[in-house]
This record gives sequence, structure tokens and C-alpha cells, in this order.
Amino acid sequence: MDVADKKRLLREMLFARRFEERCYEAYVERKIGGFLHLYPGEEACVHGVMEAARPGFDYVITGYRDHVHAMKCGADPRKVMAELYGKETGSSKGRGGSMHIFDVEHRFMGGYALVGGPFPLAAGMAKAVQMKGGEEIVICFLGDAANNQGTFHESLNMAALWKLPVLYVCENNLYGIGTRIDRSTAIVDQYKRVCGYGIPSAQEDGQDVEKVYAAARIAVEHVRSRQGPYFLELLTYRYRGHSMSDSNAYRPKEEERMWSKRDPIIMLRDRLIEAGELTREDFQDMDTEILDYIEDEIIAYAESSPEPKPEELERYVLAENDPWVHGGRH
Amino acid sequence: MAEMMFWEAVRRAHDEEMERDPLVICMGEDIGVVGGTYKATTGLYDKYGPERVIDTPICENSYTGLGIGASFLGVRPIIEIMSVNFSWLALDQIANTAAKVRYMSGGQLTAPCVVRSPGGTAHQLGAQHSGRMEKVFMGIAGLRVVTPSNPRQAYGLIKSAVRCDDPVFINEHEIMYNMKGEVPDEEYFHPLEGSEVAREGRDVSLFGYNVSVHWCLQAAEILAREHGIEAEVVDLYALSPLDRAGIRRSVARTHHALIAEEAEPAVGVGAEVMAILDEECFYELDAPPVRVSAATVPIPYNHTLEKAAIPNAGDIVAAVRKMLGR
Ligand SMILES: Cc1ncc(C[n+]2csc(CCOP(=O)(O)OP(=O)(O)O)c2C)c(N)n1
Ligand SMILES: [Mg+2]
Repeated sequence: MDVADKKRLLREMLFARRFEERCYEAYVERKIGGFLHLYPGEEACVHGVMEAARPGFDYVITGYRDHVHAMKCGADPRKVMAELYGKETGSSKGRGGSMHIFDVEHRFMGGYALVGGPFPLAAGMAKAVQMKGGEEIVICFLGDAANNQGTFHESLNMAALWKLPVLYVCENNLYGIGTRIDRSTAIVDQYKRVCGYGIPSAQEDGQDVEKVYAAARIAVEHVRSRQGPYFLELLTYRYRGHSMSDSNAYRPKEEERMWSKRDPIIMLRDRLIEAGELTREDFQDMDTEILDYIEDEIIAYAESSPEPKPEELERYVLAENDPWVHGGRH
Repeated sequence: MAEMMFWEAVRRAHDEEMERDPLVICMGEDIGVVGGTYKATTGLYDKYGPERVIDTPICENSYTGLGIGASFLGVRPIIEIMSVNFSWLALDQIANTAAKVRYMSGGQLTAPCVVRSPGGTAHQLGAQHSGRMEKVFMGIAGLRVVTPSNPRQAYGLIKSAVRCDDPVFINEHEIMYNMKGEVPDEEYFHPLEGSEVAREGRDVSLFGYNVSVHWCLQAAEILAREHGIEAEVVDLYALSPLDRAGIRRSVARTHHALIAEEAEPAVGVGAEVMAILDEECFYELDAPPVRVSAATVPIPYNHTLEKAAIPNAGDIVAAVRKMLGR
């Protein structure tokens, strides 16, 4: 990674942070409804991994904490915000919401709300890639607590059995809502859990984007060269509650303090400053620019976009004018 | 037209679609080397190989999810679940993913998969192998549900389902795989919506689907022969969406309606048809419509008790005679 890449990554991660914080405000203002799961603290995970992959070419799937993943694949932030606002211009035309961001054009194959649901879907997309003979890989990002679902074990077994080109990334933020990992999971080190399926795995610091990138390069290379699936565990922390309704009361303050010192954005910023590649003023300017962009372009777009029409309530339930419904006749 | 067994018709549909399109695959437990519990995929493993005729591990929810994920990228999987009783385990992926992904992605992504599964009461299989789950599937928006009553439908429904862009659940019946029937020699695509009049009549409409179509046909014979009653039998091969217009059309001719189902009555196909009768053609009815359903019990092992739990042609005959006062 050269300096230009690092600066770009810093900007992308800062943008992701500010975007999510703005979502928080919009939620408080009741512009956004439903469940809202934010990503601050975990930015280095998706940015480091996707830096080693090919965003927009490789297929990405994840859970409900999905805004930043979609945007890193290439989704237009204005459309993501419009989706959160429930607007017709949203990425899912206002039918999906925060947990169901999709941008199939950029191969972001969705956010899914059932914990563990994407494990087999990722394996299935990898099966399709394998059949069609492309160079793509499939990357599935999920949390630590998802690994206690049956789909984790069932899917990793099949992925290994059929050597499917899928990379499973575990964003281990130590909690499933309010239940700390050692209270829900017999083996706390998640990367150890896949050895029963003969899948190579690694554990890495998920707060240091350069380390994530280095670990992901090995992982991506393994999967891309058709050696089968890979499992990468990233140790990270979310700075906010699980979702907006969560007070975070279950987390020790000392633990939160410790992780706040390992902020992925601050770590990269300080490293660049120390190396003389960036000044505090540069960073400040970057931040101001981002905040203005979010307000002037993204929020303005979401605010001014139209609502979906009630007459179109039943659109998208089934295919439109599919001839095979009538036995191939029109 | 050649006569063939139900399982042969299912197999032929698989074979033709796999021959035509290299992205059509089939997957399920013991469907490959073994050829399927009901022989429905016999020989396909040898012909198309293990990459396209996939013997899956026993993990219904995840192998169904894997098929759904593959369908996102253009693969057309025919997913077999050995018995509908096991499809409860796959409900998460069928209901939460396949049925909803088009909608929640604003039309960007679809899951054009076929899930086939046999159910119903066979012969003394006991409570956990005699499930009838059509009522569960037909209540899920975004999922098509069809259920063949003969080899022709079985063949033609699979053919259309594979090509349709929607997820389709095909509810088969364990006791019907050896049933014989005529299937067109040329390719045939059965519609995924609508209903078929299996027998014409003017006195009463008997609505059935899957195995209960055969009870209705037997009952219609008896009613004609012994009681001078001409029953019309309507085959509701499409359970979702149900053919409201077809139901109305038949009742407009006969002014009497009965629905026969193999499942318990609550929240079932019968209940739904009754509601449609009420909404579509209440004033056409000359008598209250009747449901003939299974007893509300887990299906017992004992042969006599098992038979007592499930309706038959005699029950339909008795219900029609009572309705018509003849
Ligand atoms: C099948 C299912 N069970 C329960 C829930 C409720 N739920 C939503 S998120 C969550 C915790 C998941 O934690 P983890 O996988 O670690 O991801 P994180 O939220 O920490 O990123 C739970 C229990 C759900 N959405 N789906
Ligand atoms: Mg977690």
C-alpha cells in the first residue's frame, strides 16, 4: 500500500464514520425508522479486506450492519441514505431499509437481517461462480455471534467439501447485542472453530487497516487461486450500541476506554502524521469537506427525494409478465 | 401421448431442463448416486456428474440456502427436500430469503429456484413423516406454490417452474410416485397459475388439489352412479396464487361447493377457499359450502387410526348428499 492509498483509505474510513454518525442524528430526528445498526469502530475491517479484493467485481454479502459494506463496493451514498429515509430513490426503492441495502450492479448482494442467513447464500454464489468459471470470489462479512448458528457449520462444511471460492470474514466485536462472547461461545477464538472443516484461517487485529489488508491479501489470494474457502477473524469493537435502542450498559467502561484508544481512523491518521505525510490541518480539511458533502449532497438528496407510491405497494413481490407463469405463452 | 409413472415424469422434466441449460442443477439428500428416495433423479448423476447432480449433506436449511444463493447469479437449482416434514428446517431460507429478496431489494435481485418436496400421509409412516405443509408455504408472499395431481402436471409444472423467475415450491405426494398417467410426447409447460376442470358437472363443485383431486373424482363417480348427482371436480394445482376466477366460474355453474383437503382444517387450503367463496360468489351459493378435512391430530401409526384421520371419497359423498338433501 503506498501513501496515496493510505490517504484514500483514511478519507474513506472517515467518510464512513461521519456517514454513520449522521444516520444517528437522522434517526433521532425520526427521519430514519426501524432498526439501525451502525459501524463506527469497525471501519478497518471492511476497508482493509476490500482493499485486498476487487470491489464491484467480487461478490459481497453481509448482515444488517451493512451501509459501509455497500458503499465500499461502490454503492452511491446518496442512494444508501435515501434508502434509510425510505425514499423511492433509495437503493432498494425504499422497500428494504437499513438492514436490506442492495446494489447488485456493484455486486453488493445484500444486507440480511436473520443472524447467520448469509452463510449459505455466500456458499451458493460461490457455487455459481465455480460453475461459470469466472475469477470472482465471494466475500461474506458477519459478526461473531452468527457463528453459533447452524448455518455457520452447515455452510462451512459444504464450502470445504466442494472447495467453493468463498472468503468468510468474521467481524468479532466481542458481543452479540449485549451478550459477551465468552458467555455465549465455548471457544472464544473464532478462527479455531473452522479447523473441524479443514478450512485455513487466521486471526488479525481488526483496528489496524494495514494489518487487515495484509491478512486479507493472503486470504483473498487463497480463495482467488481456487484453493477453497478461507476464514478470517478480525478483532474489533463497535463504539455505539448494538442498534439505536441499545444503551450499551452491559459493557465495562474500562473496556470501552481501552478500545477507543485503538480507533482505526485515529491510528492511521497519526501514523501518516508521524511519517510526515499528513498534517493535522490536512485531516481537519478532509473532515470539513466530508461533513459538507454529507450535508449538501447526501442529506439534501435523501430529503428532497419522493416517497414510493402506495399504488406500487405490490410491485416487486413476483416477477412482472413472466411468460412461464402461463406455460410459456404470452 | 405415452403413459408414464409420476416419478418418470419428474425425472424427464429434470433431464430435459438439464440437457438444455448447463446452469440447471439439482441437489438434495441421496438424489445423486442413489437416484432419489422415489427414483425421481435416477440416472442423472451418471449423465451430468456430481457438480450438477449434488448429493448434499443433511442440512436442509443451508443446502436450500446454498441453492438460493446460486440462483442469485443465474444458476437454476431444483432443490429436493426428501420429505416436507424436513422442509420446516429450510423454512428460514425459503421464507426469509427466496420469497423476500426481490421485494426487499426493490426488484434488483431474484431467487429463481425450485424447491420440490413430497409430503402427505403415506403408509403408516407415523407423526413425523406424514406432514402436510402446503398451508405454510401458501401463506408466504413472494413464493409460488403448485401441487401436481398427475404425471402430466408433475412434468409440466417442473418445466415451467425451472424457467420462471420466481421461487416455486412444488408440493408432491409420497403415494403418487408410482401412479401412471398420460404425458405429452412433445415438450409441455404447465401454467403455474389457474386451475383445471378434471370432470364436468352441473350440481356441485368439488375442489381438490394433489391427492384430494382423486378422492373427489372417485366421489363424483359414486354420486353419478348411485345418486344421480353430477359433480364437477376442479383441480387447484396452483395454491399460491389461488385461482379465484376459476373457483367463481365453477360455482356460478353449480351453485354448490365442497373443498377436500388432506390436512387439518385450521388455517388451511379449505379455509382459504371458503373465504374466496365468501368474497367472490356468496350470492351464487344455494347452500353453505363444506370443508372435508383431516382430523386435528398428529398422524397415528396404527393403520386403522391413520385411515380414520384422513378423509376419503366416502366422506365427500356423504357431505354432498347432506348438502343437496339427496
Ligand atoms: C435468527 C436471528 N436471531 C436473532 C436475531 C436478533 N439479533 C440481531 S443482531 C443479534 C446479535 C448478532 O451479533 P453478531 O453476529 O456478533 O453481530 P454484531 O451485531 O455484533 O455485528 C441478534 C441476537 C436475528 N436478527 N436473527
Ligand atoms: Mg458481534
